[in-house]
Amino acid sequence: MDPITLLTVIVLTVFVGFEVVSKVSSTLHTPLMSGANAIHGIILVGAIIVAGQLDDPWLIAVALLAVALATANLVGGFVVTDRMLGMFRGRKPAATPKDTTK
Amino acid sequence: MSLLSAEWTALLYLIAAVCFILALKGLSSPKTARRGNLIGAAGAALAVITVFLSAKLDNIPLILLAILVGSAISAPISRRVQMTQMPQLVALFNGVGGGAAALVAMLELGHSDGPWVLVAVVFTMLVGAVSFAGSAITVAKLQELITTRPVIFPGMKWVMTLAAVAALVVGGFVVATGSTGWALLLLVLGLALGLLLVLPVGGADVPIVISLLNAFTGLAVAASGVVLDNVLLVVAGTLVGASGTILTRAMASAMGRGVSGIMFGAFRGGSTAGSTVQSDRPVRSSNAEDVAVMLAYAQRVVIVPGYGLAVAQGQHTIAELATTLEARGVAVDFAIHPVAGRMPGHMNVLLAEANVPYESLKEMAEVNPEFKNTDVVLVVGANDVVNPAAKTSPGSPIYGMPILEVEEGRQIVFLKRSMRPGFAGIENELLFDPKTTLLFGDAKDSLTKVLGAVNAL
Repeated sequence: MDPITLLTVIVLTVFVGFEVVSKVSSTLHTPLMSGANAIHGIILVGAIIVAGQLDDPWLIAVALLAVALATANLVGGFVVTDRMLGMFRGRKPAATPKDTTK
Repeated sequence: MSLLSAEWTALLYLIAAVCFILALKGLSSPKTARRGNLIGAAGAALAVITVFLSAKLDNIPLILLAILVGSAISAPISRRVQMTQMPQLVALFNGVGGGAAALVAMLELGHSDGPWVLVAVVFTMLVGAVSFAGSAITVAKLQELITTRPVIFPGMKWVMTLAAVAALVVGGFVVATGSTGWALLLLVLGLALGLLLVLPVGGADVPIVISLLNAFTGLAVAASGVVLDNVLLVVAGTLVGASGTILTRAMASAMGRGVSGIMFGAFRGGSTAGSTVQSDRPVRSSNAEDVAVMLAYAQRVVIVPGYGLAVAQGQHTIAELATTLEARGVAVDFAIHPVAGRMPGHMNVLLAEANVPYESLKEMAEVNPEFKNTDVVLVVGANDVVNPAAKTSPGSPIYGMPILEVEEGRQIVFLKRSMRPGFAGIENELLFDPKTTLLFGDAKDSLTKVLGAVNAL
């Protein structure tokens, strides 16, 4: 990728990143942090590419460690976020029919 | 094997990137949060399948085995971990992600040429290592494996400056020579910087540091995308870096702090005030029956839950106590401090689990003016978030943090395990106030006794 295209992608992504989380209530700070944490587990893709290109057994071992760590980040991150959010369900029956959140 | 052409690969990565944006968007609103998380997981799964179908890979059985091991360890832990330990787990996952990014960049050092790619390698290694070591310290602090108080030693500021300068110089050598030896030294310096950065942070600020390190890992992943020429890693990493930065600032401002004050506040002196020694000044302690009478004959009760409630798993008992009191005609509300517990929103999650109606949970700004009309404030396992030192003593580490103004209440009841100070390690003057009553013991045991006594009235 040429540097200017790369820079364009990065700058636009920064704005998207700022924009999507700009109005989040403090109740959701932790699940949001946890969800973002899971997303950077996508380094797994990088770890797989690197591990698939090596011949030296020691380097392969290091790369496989990276694959396992990245998987833990990715899978664990999404599971723990889901569990956190699952606990928000209980209040629906107790709440009044009128929606008070918005 | 490459079953997919470069165009299809790019297209599928684009879909995955859009999934991540939708995931963050969904997670910002209570209604769509869970679906958002699932969309993110689907995007990740799509990306991983795409890489297997598009890149020329050797060692596929070994890679699949490593993925299996990583999932087999992380998924069960995530399912079983106690609510109280979730912040540690998030920090741990963040740290291993940073570590993985650092390793990926180091392995790519030999294949990288061009100064900008080498700069990206250095950046990924350094930031990934900082995130790994820093997260390890936050986990140790949250598990209370090490002290939760700021750790500083004389000259730490200079050691830190030296380490940072050394890292930049060594990073320069890596770019110039591409040598593995220098790269290993860079990794060690990154780990040292991570330790030095997080050790001086006080216990109560740890959740914010986790969020900051989360943004760091995002940036490391973005840089690894530059190294590997992979646009998905660039987009996903930048997304997390940007949203993580905004989130960190939002969390810090919920505590009335600036991010730099949290990271470097301990160096400015003064904030080490407060003591670990327990005072032996007299306090008024009482029994469950007296507390039950106070609660049952009050008109208005506000419950302030804290970490102690989460530790004791007392959320169902307190929900039952609230229902029982309301059946007797007492108005009961819960006052939720934004950072009560060990992570923002901790108490909302905990009480939602016990089916406490959403309308009973009052946020700080809403409930603070009501304390002076409250007969009894019941503080269950909270300490720092009701400590008036945040308003009155400028030397205190929590000075400036907005608190729940429970000192305005007519009577205050603390359910506490002991006189031990809170997570921030500072004593609470309110415990010695004449209108304060203490009931010692595990929060759940105490609540069960109070509930029994209320029912017996």
